[in-house]
Amino acid sequence: MILHTLIDYETLRVIWWLLLGVLLIGFAVTDGFDLGTGALLPFVAKTDTERRVVINAVGPVWEGNQVWLILGGGAIFAAWPPLYAVSFSGFYLAMFAILFALILRPVAFKYRSKRENPTWRATWDWALFIGGFVPSLIFGVAVGNVLQGVPFRLENDLRIFYEGTTLFELLNPFALLCGLLSVSMLVMHGASWLMVKTSGPIAERARAFGSIAAVATIVLFALGGLWLWAGIDGYRITSAIVTDGPSNPLAKTVEQAGGAWFANYAAHPWMMAAPAFGFLGAALALILFRARREVTTLLSSALSVLGIISTVGVSMFPFILPSSIAPGASLTVWDASSSHLTLFIMLVVTGIFVPLIVAYTSWVYKVLWGKVDEEEIREGKGHAY
Amino acid sequence: MELNIVDLSRLQFAITALYHFLFVPLTLGLSVLIAIMETVYVMTGRTIWRQMTKFWGTLFGINFVLGVATGIVMEFQFGMNWSYYSHYVGDIFGAPLAIEGLMAFFLEATFVGLFFFGWDKLSRLGHLAATWAVAIGSNFSALWILIANGWMQNPVGSAFNPQTMRMEVTDFFAVLTNPVAQAKFVHTVSAGYVTASVFVLGVSAWYLLKDRHRDLAKRSMTVAASFGLASALSVVVLGDESGYLEGEHQKMKLAAIEAMWETEPAPASFTAFGFPDQEARKTHYAVHIPWVMGIIATRSLTTEIPGIVELVEHAEERIRQGIIAYDALQDIRAAGSTAAIPDEAREAFEENGGNLGYALLLKPYVDDPREATDAQIAQAANDTVPNVPTLFWTFRIMVGLGFSFIALMGVFFYLSARHRLDRYPFLLRLAVIAIPLPWIAAECGWIVAEFGRQPWIIEGILPTAAAVSNLGASTVLMTIIGFSAIYTVLFIVEMTLMLRAIRKGPEPDDEPEAAFGPRAFVPAE
Repeated sequence: MILHTLIDYETLRVIWWLLLGVLLIGFAVTDGFDLGTGALLPFVAKTDTERRVVINAVGPVWEGNQVWLILGGGAIFAAWPPLYAVSFSGFYLAMFAILFALILRPVAFKYRSKRENPTWRATWDWALFIGGFVPSLIFGVAVGNVLQGVPFRLENDLRIFYEGTTLFELLNPFALLCGLLSVSMLVMHGASWLMVKTSGPIAERARAFGSIAAVATIVLFALGGLWLWAGIDGYRITSAIVTDGPSNPLAKTVEQAGGAWFANYAAHPWMMAAPAFGFLGAALALILFRARREVTTLLSSALSVLGIISTVGVSMFPFILPSSIAPGASLTVWDASSSHLTLFIMLVVTGIFVPLIVAYTSWVYKVLWGKVDEEEIREGKGHAY
Repeated sequence: MELNIVDLSRLQFAITALYHFLFVPLTLGLSVLIAIMETVYVMTGRTIWRQMTKFWGTLFGINFVLGVATGIVMEFQFGMNWSYYSHYVGDIFGAPLAIEGLMAFFLEATFVGLFFFGWDKLSRLGHLAATWAVAIGSNFSALWILIANGWMQNPVGSAFNPQTMRMEVTDFFAVLTNPVAQAKFVHTVSAGYVTASVFVLGVSAWYLLKDRHRDLAKRSMTVAASFGLASALSVVVLGDESGYLEGEHQKMKLAAIEAMWETEPAPASFTAFGFPDQEARKTHYAVHIPWVMGIIATRSLTTEIPGIVELVEHAEERIRQGIIAYDALQDIRAAGSTAAIPDEAREAFEENGGNLGYALLLKPYVDDPREATDAQIAQAANDTVPNVPTLFWTFRIMVGLGFSFIALMGVFFYLSARHRLDRYPFLLRLAVIAIPLPWIAAECGWIVAEFGRQPWIIEGILPTAAAVSNLGASTVLMTIIGFSAIYTVLFIVEMTLMLRAIRKGPEPDDEPEAAFGPRAFVPAE
């Protein structure tokens, strides 16, 4: 196979770094509102019918949305195997907590309304809350830890040793701030989805929570940026950078340095668009929540999600997983990817299927468009949850 | 007994995989059966078929959701518990998993929402298309997962790269067309179809015994029996032992299944019964049927199947060559740049690199394989024999059940053709009792394929013991307890809801027989 040399290794790595962002953003923008809605469920909906309205607002789409996460996992495995290996094993217990919550969520959606018993339903409502809140929090906490560097080292045969001791060290103040940012961002997004899909008291409550979450998103995002500037050392490569060499993370040297996470913005000012979108989207969402707009609120909040996630990626580039105890072993775009051939094959497959996925997903959303009808739910029409 | 991280990680993987595989076969088969039922509805416009689609669809949904929930665990666990594996083979193994998401799971999960929520929102043909998308999606899903799994059993199209210390893909087409993967796909998918057919047949038989929903039950049985008979024949005839001659360890697996200690002249006989004794390398009270094994395994009368003793000798040779490769690899790694690699090391690695994985079999006994004693080498070679009694028995349970499904489906196919489905209560009771059997067969099949793969995680390339993450034993023990607890609760909940839905029966469908609509296709009856 020589075809793959059509695109050089360096370009493919950058493309796959971008695609990693696309998948994570795709997940946060689609399943993000499902998670936010889950976290809001006990607060925006009081009666059983109201709760069913909220659940059915995400009922037909959450399953497809969640595939962005599964695809993200698969794509990290295929395109960035060392990243997959180090992060999933390093964050072992945090991953377990996410899995636990994500096991509860589908089951809760499906099983909640199968029985009339109020205790049964209340239990599953809390499961939906946990299934929305816990992953939102942990994803943010994980990113907060990645920005500070993760305590792992690699042996000469690239065997991974994670030297962190307890789950609680992941819950350091900066990481918790990132966790809260992630929760408020997804709650804002979930609330904007509920504005689109519901009406009456639920939409009013969603609007109130959404406004608070939008303010929290702006404040926490700004605080996080300041903290990163003032209190957290970034990483930079100190040896010659080889962008198309074999993926061996041990072939370089790295140092920790204050302000290193801001170096990209100085070198390429256009990258400041990422944090700008983060702020702008949330501010617009806040205004539009107040103005009782629906679709535009959702789009603004999606813009904010896109901006905030891109900010993390752009700040760290070319790092994707820095090591705090052996900085030289940090994983970067240039030394933690799959082989040239695999990246090329996966790009071809992605190029064929992602447009198809976007097309049929949009069609499904179109078919299901419109507000959830309380009457229909009461009458039990359709196979509503 | 001291808790060891390798055993604990294997235990967790086995628990979560076997549990996940309780839901997968029914999803695979029932999605297709439902799509067939809805196709009949769209073609005839008769509402009974819509009622059937919705009823079996409800049961499908209860099952499907747990398949989804437990499937995420499978995908994440490779990285969580098997990080060296993920690093070592992610370049190849990750691709089919990602493609599964892109091509199959997205389709299935997106349209399953429309299947349940779209009855009033779509035309009849539109809804039928959504249902088929779910069925095709779930079957494609199986294809890609089994391409990944087939590569673990027979790692084609790849080579070790000393600079990145991992396997990298050299020929992706070979990975796709891996004969082991193809055999596994046909076998596994057919097994799913049998599972769903036995399920539909058994539940319908129960309705007939209770004198409920007779119309729905009989039609469902007709579909299940014809589809099930074809699938039961396919699952046995196209058993995945056809892939067992592809690699060295596949041969070992075959020999272990058969408890065939010494190489026999072709065609080998089949041991129908016996008590394999791993220590003594003997099978007590063996009952042999001449020729049968040779024909099953090789589809020929002249191909010789090697026995366990001979295969262990091969393994010992390959360990010795693996040590040479390991030694050369250290020189290559130490050289720093490609140009600085000594010629002898390069040549030694080119010649013996294929056996590098065999040197890693020594790791549990000695840190540096080059310092292994002859006794340690012999011990490591002996480790390549999987647990013979377990394989011997699980295989026989699976095959025995496989033949019983052919009989069951054959009988009901005949009864259906003669319009005598409700004539023999004894047979109906048998069909109800048979419901759990396909699951037993499927789990046995998993044990034969994956437990039989030991001590390798990727045959000949990486031993399971070398693939594990460096986690604390207590951490993994904790998650085993966590997974077991939530899985047990959900299993009870799932069974309760399934039984309630079955007892409740189909929703009455009182909407009129479908009329000709502008967007519906209805042939005149």
